[in-house]
Amino acid sequence: MINFTPFILSFKLSFIVTLILLFIGIPFAYFLANTKSKIKPFLETIVSLPIVLPPSVLGFYLLITLSPNSLIGGFFYKYFNMKLVFSFEGLVIASVIYSFPFMIQPLQAGFESIDKKLIEASYLCGKGKFITLFKVILPNMKNSLLTAIIITFAHTVGEFGVVLMVGGSIPGKTEVASVAIYDYVEIMDYKSAHIYSAIMLLLSFIVLFIVYFINEKNKRRLHDIY
Amino acid sequence: MKKTKEGYMIFIDVNKKLCGTKEELNLDVCFEIKKGEFISIFGKSGSGKTTLLRIIAGLEKAKGIIKVDNQIWLDNKKFLPPQKREIGFVFQDYALFPNMKVLDNLLYVKNDKDFAMKLLKMAEIENLKDRYPYALSGGQKQRVALCRALMRKPKILLLDEPFSALDSEMREKLQNEIIMFHKEFNLTTIMVSHSPSEIYKLSDRMIVFKNGKIEKFDKPSNILINSSSSEKFSMYGEIVDIKKNDIINVAIISIGNKLIESVISEKEIKNLKIGDKVMVSTKAFFLNVKEEN
Repeated sequence: MINFTPFILSFKLSFIVTLILLFIGIPFAYFLANTKSKIKPFLETIVSLPIVLPPSVLGFYLLITLSPNSLIGGFFYKYFNMKLVFSFEGLVIASVIYSFPFMIQPLQAGFESIDKKLIEASYLCGKGKFITLFKVILPNMKNSLLTAIIITFAHTVGEFGVVLMVGGSIPGKTEVASVAIYDYVEIMDYKSAHIYSAIMLLLSFIVLFIVYFINEKNKRRLHDIY
Repeated sequence: MKKTKEGYMIFIDVNKKLCGTKEELNLDVCFEIKKGEFISIFGKSGSGKTTLLRIIAGLEKAKGIIKVDNQIWLDNKKFLPPQKREIGFVFQDYALFPNMKVLDNLLYVKNDKDFAMKLLKMAEIENLKDRYPYALSGGQKQRVALCRALMRKPKILLLDEPFSALDSEMREKLQNEIIMFHKEFNLTTIMVSHSPSEIYKLSDRMIVFKNGKIEKFDKPSNILINSSSSEKFSMYGEIVDIKKNDIINVAIISIGNKLIESVISEKEIKNLKIGDKVMVSTKAFFLNVKEEN
């Protein structure tokens, strides 16, 4: 009988991380798309770092920063009695940072693709920035929004290095699917590793297929019009 | 601060440095418009026409004063944002919200379905109310944009080259509609336009813009019709209007940036109609020579 706990843990983690990133990502990407500030390239570099950094490097720094002996980790441990390493909460924080660019980049591209005239037209309809964002801007970049959400979710499901460094592999707490496969291979349980891997492969394929399918469909819809 | 003269509704005195495509341009204008007037702004591309419209709408900042009905929209202390100016703005490329149906584009401004339907009926597009903008033709989009601009019941209607993307037939229809709306809602309208025929037909007064400054501000007939000073003997033009009288028939023809009047014979009139492209030619011994005032 297959133990589905690691999968449930993976999806729970991804769901929470995607939700948090959506809340942080929309205002942050909106700011990046509209700012003319000189620190923009600096911020963009920081955002993109998790894409190029080896997960072990990111995981190592996070382990140091989040440990109860550090300033941030110590603060949470002392005042909220929350341990940020080798715990689910720690995994959430680490994953939010690790998946940050996957949420920000499609959103920023989406915001930049919106015709400025539409925003001005909304102001001239008497509407403020907030209503314009939710009624005009976001509905007109649905593709970018959808891509950002799905890719962030999928990327969090698939992460391994950072999770292993920060969370370890405590069954039922921090042992997500990708880590579970590693553990099975280590104890030479190839059968379980095969099953887990096949499930991950199938899920990844389905998720990516949905993204490309929807994008293609929308492209074709636009193509039919013109 | 200058006081607005009696009967004048809008006082504009603004100044802005523009970085144009070729060189820096200093937009510097001062004029007054009466309530209910239809004003056209005419001038070359890059002369600052659209920028002036955007400054009036509050989409761009500038130094100076804008006063409407004794309410300050702009001075050195105050900048009223576009949301608070009673303005209807029609963009050159319509700027309809692609995610909303026609009726929802109107209701986004104000949730008044009766008024929205009234506007759509006046523009004869009430049957399109459930369509999305992508399923509309250029002329239909333009009318929706016009209706949307009127949803706020604006004091001032600003039109940025509203007919530039339309064919001549659609142009004429829309021009009539704009006149209708202008009168029905007692609007004060400012339109940027490249077309002398359009300006002649629609506006009470016109501003000729050159390098960011007002060169002329007068009735279109005084500026555009100039039948005695043509330098060329044959030109291509377009018939804007044909006036039939008992004795003579007069065609108003748009040539380049000018309108001319020409007498046409009974025989010619049968083959000509408004919108026809024609060649106007004359022989030297028929030319009028008049002293310049």
